[in-house]
Amino acid sequence: MIDLHIVGTDVHRVEALDKVTGRLEFVDNMELPGMLHGMLLRSPVPHGRIANIDTSRAKRLRGVRAVLTGQDLLGMNIDPFTGPAFKDQAALAIGKVRYVGDPIAAVAAVDRETAEEALDLIDVEIEELPAVFDVHAAMAPDAPLISERLIPAKTFADLIELLGGDDVPATSNACFQYKLRRGDVEAGLRNADKVFHHTFSNPATQHGDLETHCTVAQWLNSGKLQVWSATQSPSYVRIMLANMFHMPESRVRVVVPYLGGGFGSKLYMKLEPVTSLLAQASGRPVKVRLTRKEEFLTITKHGVTATLTTGVNSDGQIIARDCQIMWDTGAYADIGPRVTHKSGYTSAGPYTIPNVRIDSFSVYTNKPPAGAFRGFGIMQVCWAYESQMDVIARDMGWDPLEFRLKNLYHDGDIHATGTPIYSLGLDESVRAAADAIGWTASQARPSPQPSPTRGEGAKLVRGKGIACSMKAMITPSVAASTLHVHSDGSVSVLSSAVDMGQGSDTELSQIAAETLGVRLEDVSVVHPDTDVTPYDLITAGSRTTFHMGNAVRLAAADAQQQLFVTAAEILDAGTDELVARDGKIWAKAAPDRATTFGQVMLTRFEARAGTVTGTGLFQTYHGPTDLQTGQSDNVTAHWLCGATAAEVEVDTETGQLKILNIATAVDVGKAINPFACRQQIAGATLQGTGPALFEEMLQDAGQLINGSFADYKIPSFLDLPDNTEPIIVEAPHRDGPYGAKGIGEAGIFAIAPAIANAIADALGGARIRDLPLTPEKILRAVREAGGSA
Amino acid sequence: MKHQIQVTINGETQQLTVDSHRTLLELLRDELKLFGARESCGMSVCGACTALVDGQPVSSCTYLAVRANGRSITTVEGLGTASEPHPVQRAFLEHGGFQCSYCTPGMILTTTCLLDEIPNPTLDQIKEYMVGNLCRCGAYPEILESIQAAAASARGEIVEPRPSTGSG
Repeated sequence: MIDLHIVGTDVHRVEALDKVTGRLEFVDNMELPGMLHGMLLRSPVPHGRIANIDTSRAKRLRGVRAVLTGQDLLGMNIDPFTGPAFKDQAALAIGKVRYVGDPIAAVAAVDRETAEEALDLIDVEIEELPAVFDVHAAMAPDAPLISERLIPAKTFADLIELLGGDDVPATSNACFQYKLRRGDVEAGLRNADKVFHHTFSNPATQHGDLETHCTVAQWLNSGKLQVWSATQSPSYVRIMLANMFHMPESRVRVVVPYLGGGFGSKLYMKLEPVTSLLAQASGRPVKVRLTRKEEFLTITKHGVTATLTTGVNSDGQIIARDCQIMWDTGAYADIGPRVTHKSGYTSAGPYTIPNVRIDSFSVYTNKPPAGAFRGFGIMQVCWAYESQMDVIARDMGWDPLEFRLKNLYHDGDIHATGTPIYSLGLDESVRAAADAIGWTASQARPSPQPSPTRGEGAKLVRGKGIACSMKAMITPSVAASTLHVHSDGSVSVLSSAVDMGQGSDTELSQIAAETLGVRLEDVSVVHPDTDVTPYDLITAGSRTTFHMGNAVRLAAADAQQQLFVTAAEILDAGTDELVARDGKIWAKAAPDRATTFGQVMLTRFEARAGTVTGTGLFQTYHGPTDLQTGQSDNVTAHWLCGATAAEVEVDTETGQLKILNIATAVDVGKAINPFACRQQIAGATLQGTGPALFEEMLQDAGQLINGSFADYKIPSFLDLPDNTEPIIVEAPHRDGPYGAKGIGEAGIFAIAPAIANAIADALGGARIRDLPLTPEKILRAVREAGGSA
Repeated sequence: MKHQIQVTINGETQQLTVDSHRTLLELLRDELKLFGARESCGMSVCGACTALVDGQPVSSCTYLAVRANGRSITTVEGLGTASEPHPVQRAFLEHGGFQCSYCTPGMILTTTCLLDEIPNPTLDQIKEYMVGNLCRCGAYPEILESIQAAAASARGEIVEPRPSTGSG
């Protein structure tokens, strides 16, 4: 048992004082001398050929310094196309527009009003093309092709394997299909005692991070490009800008201060290409900041339709499951294929099922692009399989909790992908969530329970529901960190992990201080600046604690080893006999003769001088995947999981829903900062209530009709459940820093099905199959349940 | 059209020239470099741009700067300093009432008004009063705890900061 002092304690956020005084740095606070403001002209039609764009009037407007169109990009020595999976999206649409909101021209001017006025002076002629707005129409044989070619981006190792390297003509709007085959599904379904077949759907939703996308770009006369951006992926953005402008990576600098939330919206290239192009064209620094309405048109969470066919035996075992999952990735693939793949893995649920077939399709439509959202598709597939689990349990007369516990994965099981399960605290998480809401085996009860608050003849009914989920963390993956020990013994941790509110600065500081043996206040985290902070894949997918935490731990251990050489001379002891804590170093046998990190540096450099640098590299590897069966001996280096239990009260006259209790348990491996872990779990739970209960992007013929926070509601204080309980489960990860796991997403996976299952429990089994769970749908379910319920 | 206005900003009276269409948020951020007020929804829904005008919370993103003529504006920068945070700021600090903090200045400013009006608010009163301040990170439980701690501290009660405990 390691004796821990800083890891495992509830230290305050290292940046807390800047946050409560409003001094925290965001990109939009930034101004450079001579800086211009950029704005985008967007397509008014969902699909069309750009016949002509006349920018002459806009260019003549006083104060306008640059106007660019897609056609202009073709005349530059750049690669205008980017995209993390396919290079299908140009900085400005070239030749065609593919959704309402597709950027077609950009203006840089002395202020935003002038830029906006210039946009009005651009004349655009578009010849409209037939458009498709749902995946089934998009998959029809005569559907218009949205992207004519599929050009793999060849940037990420996992996607190179899946998408290959060849540029091919598109033959349908399905840009990617993931297949998993394990056992014999047909035989399994034939032999099952009962087979269940259902379709569940959820609409596209918004990330809604309060800080909108914002980027500042500046070209130095030496030809170096500097970009300050609200991005979750600085290393990726640098590589892609270097590719785009045919420059060495060393001449592109990407800097990220703090983010006002991300949740997946600020991944990959967003405003960086167009801002850099405007800065180049104008010869001045340029800032582009999106309005809220533009946020709705920039990136969304995938709408999904999932059809599950499940065979069970009367002993309670699931023996076969077929999953047909359609992901609406919108007009550009963004990271859709990876979402389709990663969530494809686990779309049969966290259950040992001998026969599994999964077909997961990423499909283009003429709608805003869909990309990563907290959970990376797990919310959508969990909605389907956890809803169906309760339908099955009720039909078979089983307790939903017992049914799950009987089938859950445990360490040593082989996952549907062929990869062994290890370090998975799923069973504990499910039990902990159920216990927290007072689950009893009577949940399989056939009739609804009147609310005790109203007594006899009440219109309020109560029910309880549970749901759980697991995810395979992105693998392979690379995180690197550099750690400098300065002349006084204080420490800088250089990391490209982005603190977007989750608290990574604090947690990485705790890991560095604990490992090296210095005080927390001696550690400072240097924010992503690709000139100095080493590569990190992305800040997403719950990967920072596990990957960057390990990289920082290794860097701290490396620096400590170097310092211990000098410390051993001072203390006249062997390096393996030394202990470091709270800034002091001593030999185990002589704790009274301690030296300090500052003294060690002074001795080493014979003056108040010098730097000792430790480096840490943490890399995970995956086993090759059989593309026909999805089988691999190692699809992931890290399984993560969580469970949610909810107790609700339904008003059967109005359809109004009240969440009385909601408890989410997440296996955190080891809580580096228990307060921060609980806050992440509670935050994910509450964020998850939005898409569960009311969030939905509404469109009419491709036109978004609720693109504002007035029309698209996100949870407020008045939407809070009566009681929200975050629960920490600690099943240490064998490779995690101090056993820690990633936790950012697991709290949101199962919110919607847990609530829907509780509603069904209250309404005698009446089932809502499409999110969100609005009062209208609940009322229909009440009627389905037989009137007043 | 330009207007000469006299505004007291965080206690300092200033003569300013503003265009008719300029919002208070633009005045604060672009002219006065007070970045604690932030644009998010742009339509008075989310509260990220909250500023106090004569002690009342307003959405500065839709409040025309010219309307501030003769009035007193308080932003988060005027509440407290790093060495001497306002008691509400201290409560948010000690009870971790934030995640990304984009909403935090608005939350804190609205809380000061709440506690002026209702020194001893119930949980429901807090929720009702704060409904115009949104937090997408879902830090609501810690924000509610911070507000309750600030209220208790204003009543002279000693509130323990959240304990620094291990995970066991």
